[in-house]
Amino acid sequence: MLKVTNLRKVYGSGEGATEAIADLSFEVDKGEFVCIVGPSGAGKTTLLKTVSGLMAPTAGEIELAGQKVVGPPEQMALVFQDYSRSLYPWMKVGENVAFPLRRKKMSKAERKHVVEHAVESVGLAAAIDKYPWQLSGGMQQRVAIARGLAYQPEVLLMDEPFASVDAQTRADLEDLVLSVRHEYGVTVLFVTHDIDESVYMGDRVVILTARPARVQEVLAVNLPRPRDQVETKELPEFAHLRAHVYRAIKGGQAAGADSEGVAVDAGAATGADARRQDEAKLAG
Amino acid sequence: MSRRWLYVAVEIAVPVAVFALIWVWSAGSDVYYYPPLEDVLTTFKDTWVFERFGSDVAPSMLRLFVGYFIAVGVGVGVGVALGLSPVLRRIAAPIVEFLRAIPAPALLPFALLVLGVGNSSKVFVIAFVCLWPILLNAIDGVSGVDPTLVDTGRVYRIPARDRLMKVVLPAAAPQIFAGMRTSLSLALILMVISEMVASSNGIGYFVLQSQRSFAIPEMWSGIILLGILGYLFNAVFLLLERRVLAWHRGARAGSE
Repeated sequence: MLKVTNLRKVYGSGEGATEAIADLSFEVDKGEFVCIVGPSGAGKTTLLKTVSGLMAPTAGEIELAGQKVVGPPEQMALVFQDYSRSLYPWMKVGENVAFPLRRKKMSKAERKHVVEHAVESVGLAAAIDKYPWQLSGGMQQRVAIARGLAYQPEVLLMDEPFASVDAQTRADLEDLVLSVRHEYGVTVLFVTHDIDESVYMGDRVVILTARPARVQEVLAVNLPRPRDQVETKELPEFAHLRAHVYRAIKGGQAAGADSEGVAVDAGAATGADARRQDEAKLAG
Repeated sequence: MSRRWLYVAVEIAVPVAVFALIWVWSAGSDVYYYPPLEDVLTTFKDTWVFERFGSDVAPSMLRLFVGYFIAVGVGVGVGVALGLSPVLRRIAAPIVEFLRAIPAPALLPFALLVLGVGNSSKVFVIAFVCLWPILLNAIDGVSGVDPTLVDTGRVYRIPARDRLMKVVLPAAAPQIFAGMRTSLSLALILMVISEMVASSNGIGYFVLQSQRSFAIPEMWSGIILLGILGYLFNAVFLLLERRVLAWHRGARAGSE
């Protein structure tokens, strides 16, 4: 579905140039939920901006459904970290959600239905005629998610979407995203710096190195779905996986030698492995 | 609550008290330059309601608003273009800074020479002065629009036209309005100045003419009218701004 090949991004040129992304390659399959986790300042946002076509890469390629990405593709939506700067304060909730649909070929009634359905599925039906700034932070991010869903993308990119909400709200929003992505059947690429979140949410976790970013490891997460904030996080596998990711990030390259071995097949998991596991899961 | 009412009461009481004070203090005045307020108000009524309304107020308002709206059109148009393009901004900056440094009344002789003593020279000077606050605020407002707002529009493939009209302009609107408000009071000042030079009607002309013919109550009545007009313009503008930018007030209050 989404294929990133040898992506490199350098800001500026000459002496002042900084390399944000050294060399990144990974794939996201249709219907998959892939988390990208890395230390702060690893170039995660840069990665999403290039993947979404907002920024041209210095080298490498991004392919969406077999087509090279040169600008924001139609089948892609992006939920930004900072909802207060990505929702339009002069538009009501419903208008914000409807705004990207202006160019889509659909009747007025259809558009209205799509908007209402999206707002409903994030639990904000009652707030459709309110302005974003009349809502709490968590609710505003729900509006941003509803806008992404109403756009009916094949791939939904999320850039640390819950970084600025409190822990309780964060858990609610995590579960919300997991449930709506099933309902909408959307592929998700989810960037986060929260290790627990990456393991809890993802089918696979792509662990980045510190800046300039490379793929350090791709980890399959075989935790049963639907996931549950209490039960899933109680599982010993969850603890192992999160410990594994934690060591990888804190220990940098050294984490490859993680010898505890209990972390399921984590250390050995490649993209292909993970996909096979996904298929098995779907079949079962 | 009671404190708020106190403030409102004070807000009304103080002007009334000042008015009463001047009324009483000037009542028996025999100083030629400070006639009793009562005389001034009687003259005011005789002059402006509506004796000279058509002959002086109407032409003044015409000049003021034509000049002002030309400034709004040019200021917002050019300001948005410069705000969007850092290169254009660079190129235009020295020119803008130089032109806006020229005290506009200094341009009056030139305007009279080229545009004549009719309305155009006055409209030109008013528009010239009103342009800068609007232009500079539009440039700042547009160039300062949060990049995330624009990126959001790009991700969702909003056409450039809509991104400009429905994202950039509303986002810059609070600042553009601030410039427009500053310019509105400048427009009134420049209207008066331009009418005091080579003019045959208008409120500014009337004030100067009254002084020259020693019609002191008439002169004062003109000054009072200008004060009232300035006050009204500002009040109406604020009302309009409050309606158009209701979201901005709400959003600002919400983020505090």
